[in-house]
Amino acid sequence: MTLTVPQQSPPTPQSLQPTGWLRYLSFSVDHKVIGLQYMVCGFAFYLIGGALAGAIRTELVSPISDFMPRDVYNQVLTLHGTVMIFLWIVPVVNGAFGNYLIPFYVGARDMAFPRLNAVAFWLIPPAGLLLISSYFITGAAQSGWTAYPPLSLTTPASGQIIWILSVLLLGGSSIFGGINFIATILKLRRPGLKLMQLPMYCWAMLGTSILVVLSTPVLAGTLIMLSFDIVAHTGFFNPGLGGNVVVYQHLFWFYSHPAVYIMVLPAFGLVSEILPIHCRKPLFGYTTMVYSIMAIVGLGLVVWAHHMFTSGTPPWMRLFFTIATAFIAVPTGIKFFNWLATLWGGKISLNSAVLFSCGFIVNFVLGGITGVALAQVPFDVHVHDTYFVVAHFHYIVYGGSVFVIFASIYHWYPKVTGRLMNEHLGRFHFLITFVGFNLCFAPQHWLGLNGMPRRVAEYDPQFQLINQFSSVGALLMAISTLPFLWNVIASASQGAIAGDNPWNALTPEWLTTSPPPVENWKGEAPLVANPYAYGTPEDEIDLRSVSGSDLWRNGQ
Amino acid sequence: MQIPSAIVTLVLGMLLVLGGLWIGQNINLLPVDASTNAPIYDELFRVLFSIGTILFLGIVGLIIFSLVRFRRRPGQLGDGLALEGNLPLEVFWTAVPAIVVLFVGLFSYDIYERMGGMAPLSHGDHGTSMQTEQRIWGGIGSSEISTTPAASALQPLPVEVTAMQFAFLFHYPDGDIMSGELHVQAGRPVTLRMEAKDVIHAFWVPEFRLKQDVIPGQPTLLDFTPTRPGRYPIVCAELCGPYHGGMRSTVVVESPDDFNTWLQANRKPPVQEA
Repeated sequence: MTLTVPQQSPPTPQSLQPTGWLRYLSFSVDHKVIGLQYMVCGFAFYLIGGALAGAIRTELVSPISDFMPRDVYNQVLTLHGTVMIFLWIVPVVNGAFGNYLIPFYVGARDMAFPRLNAVAFWLIPPAGLLLISSYFITGAAQSGWTAYPPLSLTTPASGQIIWILSVLLLGGSSIFGGINFIATILKLRRPGLKLMQLPMYCWAMLGTSILVVLSTPVLAGTLIMLSFDIVAHTGFFNPGLGGNVVVYQHLFWFYSHPAVYIMVLPAFGLVSEILPIHCRKPLFGYTTMVYSIMAIVGLGLVVWAHHMFTSGTPPWMRLFFTIATAFIAVPTGIKFFNWLATLWGGKISLNSAVLFSCGFIVNFVLGGITGVALAQVPFDVHVHDTYFVVAHFHYIVYGGSVFVIFASIYHWYPKVTGRLMNEHLGRFHFLITFVGFNLCFAPQHWLGLNGMPRRVAEYDPQFQLINQFSSVGALLMAISTLPFLWNVIASASQGAIAGDNPWNALTPEWLTTSPPPVENWKGEAPLVANPYAYGTPEDEIDLRSVSGSDLWRNGQ
Repeated sequence: MQIPSAIVTLVLGMLLVLGGLWIGQNINLLPVDASTNAPIYDELFRVLFSIGTILFLGIVGLIIFSLVRFRRRPGQLGDGLALEGNLPLEVFWTAVPAIVVLFVGLFSYDIYERMGGMAPLSHGDHGTSMQTEQRIWGGIGSSEISTTPAASALQPLPVEVTAMQFAFLFHYPDGDIMSGELHVQAGRPVTLRMEAKDVIHAFWVPEFRLKQDVIPGQPTLLDFTPTRPGRYPIVCAELCGPYHGGMRSTVVVESPDDFNTWLQANRKPPVQEA
């Protein structure tokens, strides 16, 4: 006699990690979940920062201060800068893409310190909410994202203190992330994977993380001293108590100039991943790209005083920082020429990811040219703190980093969701973003050269027409978000099924399923010794017997 | 007939350089120049604008050309050429920007020197007696370039500038005149001794191409020589509070006669003042 007992399913291992959509709201330690948390959280703050920018451009439609009170205008511009830098670009180009991609690229199943990683992310929402809520509770900080004393000591203290707390939390998050990236890239590489075989984004993140770890603590220390000046009436930066305000500027820019590279180096890395795949060519000049990143890191640490050419810096200091700053153009130029060479002779798919990447190159080249000009003391003395500078740095951080964020979303969306985004909507999104962006910021160069200072709620009426052009551009940029949002949301359920590797890419994140399983690979991680091994080898095409035009005609 | 690509490239490159030079020299983006260092500044600007235009148009042209010519056509499969790098090419585009940057740096150094930027900070020649107790910071100025005999024969006009939320006040020690507008004489050097009462402000006259932060606790000297009579805006360029955008004044550059008339009309009688 046999007794049949109902088949008992083996007890599922009780996971401490929630599954399903809830894990995106949890203290998950999965690097992919954390990456998406960074991304979505960052994008929410991008919308807030964008609304603040819209308020600024609305105020500037007319030359008089008529849209909002003047002190609110200063709160809005402070929040706009802080949100866009610390809650959108830095967390997204580092935290979102770094967390998602770096473990794949080094052949690891997660980051080196998964719990630290989750802590780093979960510092961001409270810090962001704190910052935004300060506007409603006590009034936000009014002294700009630079918070120069004595202005930051004399504006209402509560808003300024909340701003400092928020930035300290965000800086802490950034440092935790930086340590994690350095450890992951250097120590968690799959056996057999050499440093010079890593995808370029790893090098960019290594360089960025070095900058984060070296410079962010300086900002933290400075802001703590500033908060002592505010609440305990110490005199570090208070000239009335014997303090020195220029020292604050030195300390602040010691972080905040490298912060520019913290925002653009990862973007450089992402573009280096996207272009070779869609051009079907190897990344041109891998070794020089690596050295350029490291040169930018080194030079980026010794250029900060170019933000202070009008602050009474001595002539030798002006000279040194001019030369150091201008020389950053050399390694940066190498990277841009290498991307152009990667495009040259490729089989370029003109999809949204490539269009946004090329838009980035165009915008960043213009921002770089104005940057070299701004490094020249005599030039800077006229346009410092004007709309010329506003135009310049938006060409760097929006035309540069944000364009790359969009390119990367189009490129990696199929990896994350398993579905493709709509290409027509994507190209439309690119078109209005590119036109709107350039319409918004190109005229501002002229405004600055002709006498409009930055951070003003009212201005000389002769600048009204150009400001209105600029505001129309800003409106276009706002509108361009709509097709993008629709595309992201609709494609998640209706997009064409992408398959595991829709771009025929060779980098390791594509050598698994889309979306990837929890520990990235079923079985062992693949060893990718040459992540850019695209292209037909030269010996298969006899170069001597054909001219260049034959090469591309034959390909048809 | 096939034109060799080297020649096409050469011709395009020459057109690009000439076009960039033409744009840089002929498109004016700057307001009128009204001080001795403004024309020097404009010279630098034209050089930077030319180089920038050449670089920008060249790179944009290359991208558009690549995107059109090397685009993937429908039905096209396969990869591009497996070119992983080219050392001579890399050396070339490292060296060329380095040379350009070096040239720009040396040129702007020269400009800077001609503007008087390398003058020592202590400005001993102005005989300011307070140097001993306070360190005085100097902005870029034009004291060095007013070397024409007529200009250097004139004693610099000293003016004390007080920046506060949200106004500039100008005090002429010579005659004890207090004014909300800065009156200066065309062709005569001016030395501003600037002090801020509360927060950082910046003194900017776009037509003079001059800007200097006015920093509390750090008296600052700024020298310049106005040239072109007229009324020009003085703008505060450093965020200084809610009314920062309204913190403006006017500099009036006048002929010597007009300036002296203004000086006499506003000069305070030494005794009567309470």
